[in-house]
Amino acid sequence: MPRKFTPKVVTANRLLEGDAVWLTAEGRWTPDMREAELLDEEAHAELRLLTAQSDAATVVGPYLADAVAGAQGPEPTHFRETFRTRGPSNYAHGKQVEI
Amino acid sequence: MYHYNDFDRAFVQERVNQFRGQVERRIDGSLTEDEFRPLRLMNGLYLQLHAYMLRVAIPYGTLNSDQMRTLALLAEKWDRGYGHFTTRQNIQYNWPALRDVPEMLQALADVGLHAIQTSGNTIRNVTADHFAGAAADEIADPRPVAELLRQWSTDHPEFQFLPRKFKIAVTGAAHDRAVIQAHDIGIQIVKNAHGEIGYKLLVGGGLGRTPMIGKVIEEFVSQDDLLPYCEAIVAAYNLLGRRDNKYKARIKITVFENGLEAFRDAVNEQFARTKPAFSGVDVKLFEEIRAQFAPPAWRNAPLKAYDDAYAADALFRSWADTNLTAHRAEGYAIVSVSLKKHGETPGDATAEQMRVLADLADLYGHNELRISHEQNVILPHVHKSDLPKLHAKLREHGLATANIGLVSDIIACPGMDYCALATARSIPVAQQIALRFEELKLEHDVGPLKIKISGCINACGHHHVGHIGILGLDRAGVENYQVTLGGSGDETASIGERAGPGFSAEEIVPAVERLVLGYLDLRSSPDETFLAAYRRLGPAPFKSVLYPEQEAKRERADAA
Repeated sequence: MPRKFTPKVVTANRLLEGDAVWLTAEGRWTPDMREAELLDEEAHAELRLLTAQSDAATVVGPYLADAVAGAQGPEPTHFRETFRTRGPSNYAHGKQVEI
Repeated sequence: MYHYNDFDRAFVQERVNQFRGQVERRIDGSLTEDEFRPLRLMNGLYLQLHAYMLRVAIPYGTLNSDQMRTLALLAEKWDRGYGHFTTRQNIQYNWPALRDVPEMLQALADVGLHAIQTSGNTIRNVTADHFAGAAADEIADPRPVAELLRQWSTDHPEFQFLPRKFKIAVTGAAHDRAVIQAHDIGIQIVKNAHGEIGYKLLVGGGLGRTPMIGKVIEEFVSQDDLLPYCEAIVAAYNLLGRRDNKYKARIKITVFENGLEAFRDAVNEQFARTKPAFSGVDVKLFEEIRAQFAPPAWRNAPLKAYDDAYAADALFRSWADTNLTAHRAEGYAIVSVSLKKHGETPGDATAEQMRVLADLADLYGHNELRISHEQNVILPHVHKSDLPKLHAKLREHGLATANIGLVSDIIACPGMDYCALATARSIPVAQQIALRFEELKLEHDVGPLKIKISGCINACGHHHVGHIGILGLDRAGVENYQVTLGGSGDETASIGERAGPGFSAEEIVPAVERLVLGYLDLRSSPDETFLAAYRRLGPAPFKSVLYPEQEAKRERADAA
């Protein structure tokens, strides 16, 4: 039996800065995951990923990451994705101080 | 120290110019990411979790003070004020912007540094004993050999697309501080029965997914055979090494699957081809390089300042007892500057600290610095009379931690705080262990103990050769830490054995504490190190202290 689809967001790193960004419903790349489009249908998710892949002038390596709906928008489910929304734990650098 | 000649300068400058063009073409869309990626990797530029990362080679860990100042400049001008020294004697910058990287490479090229071959399936930065040229116990300085290998391997046309990356380490002493047994090729400088200097060559060592200890392929290779023989090894590997499976592509698997004898035959076959191609120019070049590594003019001075400080100042005494190593020259000491202040990130130095170290090298250290694979900075040649002043300056900048070789002198890879390959974090575990043992005020009683932490199976943190190794994994979406025991990276190298089930992020520090306190009860005397006690007693008593609940269960079962 195929695995049940779980909700996703499209995420990537920005070409120039290299930082983590997420794709919004309007097709904009945002450094704030909460603004991302939560994709709860598989076919739509694949389509959004294709859109992201065609934006090679802005981002590098787009992929679908698991997410869940939170009070303020999509939230990560895996700790790796959580770290991408925050930055490193040894210094107050990255998104934890920039957003 | 080696200084670039016109050829080196022109070559490195050309690569900077090329990369500047490649970055421009990526940004203007002429190059796709698939086209650009191998080009940026050839120049040490990775894309990590939060940003790009630039890995700069520090050849065999040797720097002069101007080069160190340039590393500081990069940290300050194009990064976030710090750099991370690695187990490969490199430095990594965690936050460069793509547009700035050509300028960073230009600044490096201006002082004879580069990031070439710090990534990709090529021969990487050749590493060496960080006490090279200073250690009292060495037969010869390993750096001329390492520099010869650097020149030979840089842009070597035959070895740009090896089955997998390739790492070479050189030691000039029988006491191995360069972990040569865990390298693709390990080189030990030796003397034969006639008193001639030559090289003992090991192949097929490595850590990662399938850790293996290197095997001796030749007991004695003469100077004029060294490069042709190394070329024969890499050529044989290039042909025999597997390209069908990335995880079986390193030379350790080639040697393991073919057997050492068959691999040696393949090397000898290649040697018959490579040897005639070397006309002796390599030996001439080696002599020219060696002349550049002549020791500085040692100074004769009274040791009174040192003796007085040692007698009067307990902090200085503790630091001197822990961070100094015997020097080959009378009146001198090798200073290890710890980048492991309790609670700080192992291997990180701020731009200011790098500048202070450069200044100290100018003032007291014959203009030389080293980076150790244990992620510390070495001032290899300091006259003992200068040590009190040096120590005072180090203290002002958070660089006087007296913990070299102790519990808190932990190797840790960047882990999932930065690295895209990581499966768990390493840095916070190292920070917490160090802080805990600082709190216990025990580490000087515990004595020599190497803890090494990797945030994934690739083992950049050398966990397999830690007396206590910690491997961070992702277990069902949660960080989990496996413990290995009894590893060693010196001349008695061994791969640590897995102790049992892993620990959560909350459990790992108490687990290490139990192990270390348990060792204090188990050792036969304060002179018996953790590793010696483990080797004498075997894993059982250590497992008992690591897993007290299982031990209690076993005792209950025995009683029933």
